[in-house]
Amino acid sequence: MLLIRIFEEEVERQYKRARIGGYCHLASGQEGATVGAVHSMQDEDLLFSSYRTHGLALAKGVDPDAVMGELFGREGGSAHGRGGSMHLLDFSRGFLGGWGIVAGQLPLAVGAALEISYKDKRAAVMCELGDAATNMGAWHEALNLAAIWDLPIVALVLNNRYGMGTTVEKASGEPELYKRASAFRMHGERVDGQDVEAVLSAADRLLTRAREERKPAVLEVVTYRYRGHSVADAGTAYRTQEEMDEWKKRDPLLIYRQRLLDERRATQAQIDAIQARVEKRVEQAVEAAEASPEPPVSSLSQHLYGDPASREQFSRMSPGSPFGERELVLEGLGR
Amino acid sequence: MSATAPAPSTTTLTYREAVRLGLREELLRDEDVFLMGEEIGVFEGSYKVTAGLFREFGPIRVRETPISEEGFVGAGIGAAMMGLRPVVEIMTLNFILVAMDQVVNHAAKIRYMFGGEVGCPLVIRTPNGGGSQLTAQHSQSFEVFFAHTPGMKVVAPSTPADAHGLLKAAIRDDDPILVVENLQSYKVRGEVPNDPDHVVEIGKAAITREGGDITLVAHSFAATRALRVAERLKRDHGVNAEVVDLRSLRPLDVETVSKSIQKTNRALCVDEGWATYGISAEIAARIQRACFDDLDAPIERVGLAEVPMPYAKQLERAAIVNDDKIEAAALSVLGLGPDVFSY
Repeated sequence: MLLIRIFEEEVERQYKRARIGGYCHLASGQEGATVGAVHSMQDEDLLFSSYRTHGLALAKGVDPDAVMGELFGREGGSAHGRGGSMHLLDFSRGFLGGWGIVAGQLPLAVGAALEISYKDKRAAVMCELGDAATNMGAWHEALNLAAIWDLPIVALVLNNRYGMGTTVEKASGEPELYKRASAFRMHGERVDGQDVEAVLSAADRLLTRAREERKPAVLEVVTYRYRGHSVADAGTAYRTQEEMDEWKKRDPLLIYRQRLLDERRATQAQIDAIQARVEKRVEQAVEAAEASPEPPVSSLSQHLYGDPASREQFSRMSPGSPFGERELVLEGLGR
Repeated sequence: MSATAPAPSTTTLTYREAVRLGLREELLRDEDVFLMGEEIGVFEGSYKVTAGLFREFGPIRVRETPISEEGFVGAGIGAAMMGLRPVVEIMTLNFILVAMDQVVNHAAKIRYMFGGEVGCPLVIRTPNGGGSQLTAQHSQSFEVFFAHTPGMKVVAPSTPADAHGLLKAAIRDDDPILVVENLQSYKVRGEVPNDPDHVVEIGKAAITREGGDITLVAHSFAATRALRVAERLKRDHGVNAEVVDLRSLRPLDVETVSKSIQKTNRALCVDEGWATYGISAEIAARIQRACFDDLDAPIERVGLAEVPMPYAKQLERAAIVNDDKIEAAALSVLGLGPDVFSY
């Protein structure tokens, strides 16, 4: 949780210094929901996420250097500078992407769960979505398929109360979002996202059920984002300072740190040591991103297609030459 | 006839049977291949393409879906990311629009957006076309939407042999491919090689008829029509038309098209879809760049009338691309008939 918090604070700083561009969706305040859900996963489980994805990627074990490198648009980034903030990915870690279209990742996650079922693997998929995604057609279609096909998937709804600036109550006919699972005769439940251990326990139970019994579920985690929808949104037009202050009193890091101390599960010295280690790690990630080369313009069309012939053809493509035809066509015609 | 040289041993099949054979062979060859779509199982497919496959391969390999294109196309993409080779049937091309976000914003983006770290070996096969009084929402040919999109591949075979070989090539390819079939083509008959490894290279057009007077460029059922019209032009007007069947729309074989026009100096593009911003617009743009000095006449196009498809027979006939319209257009380009292209 601390790594995500400090990492994202650094991301905001770097964004203001214009070393990170594009859309950038921060999730400070949601760390309990993120870590509780993701740390319940086993190595072979797969995670899909929305575009508010930095924390989820880090929690699933994606290298902070690769995350920061991607935000900086460098070759060392998790998508080699092609994806940016919204499109982190690490296949080897079972992190199957940050996706930019609201609810669009849920049908894909159902497909990944279908592969698990097809191959009879012992694994499950978790797909993170925001509260507003539950109003999309893709939500309905994907969960319906998960239900009729008995797929091992948990739809993780991180309900941070707002879809951009629109409240859940204003946007949703059924604002208790976990109840929407009942439309598919699927189990749904709600948990307090500011309590990391409560999330961990609920997510673990539902993932186990998915993995062992092939039963899909919806887990709604109620949480809050301190920052705006993206860095371009101050986050103040649609909510009050009082509301934000109230939520900060229930900060997931604060709650957990206090519990560790109260229950003597950690000492202040240990907590301070973690803080120092994490700050150092984030500094290193920035250094690694800075040291990583920018992708050369000559690589513009790399990674477009996978087969060797197309790869070869497109490797010769220059900007404005859609199929590399200068070489293929004009040379072919003897011109 | 296809440019694919018939192997010593071939079988006469309909286009529909050739697609079915291709699916069956790939299901037998690779356990990661599975079919998914509406009514493809017990019902045996809306157009009976998958007839018998459910019985042979069972409900896991031939997966019936609810009417839920966005959901099951997306599920196909996710399964493909994990290394399976889904072949998703969309009942007709018209219905893919509700899955457009999944195809264009997801499948087509995956490899590039994630820097080559993951691929999407997905095949979507679906028929386009009109001409049977199916009217406005069921007669469309917008393969161009997908051919417009980097990251996609699009093929549109017109013969049984190509339907067989291009489908198999698509299933073996590592990227998302739309295989455009055609309602009129399903009953076309032709020779198909008796070879379970018969594949047709994606991205290569075929010269299906040689000639020196004009090049007719077409794909899908329009290529079948173009061949018929070429025979008619020979018989009735002594004109030798060359026919280029594009077969693949993305990648597009500009080289084969251009070489033909270098020889014939005249070009007519035929597309069952609307011409405006269409496949034929792209071909014309490419030809004028590659063959600027070769052209003896403006490049012309024949397409669907710029209206939603009407129902009444004579209105439909007036709207669709038919042999008479192609013939009149070709004669116009050749200067042997009235100008049909004046606005």
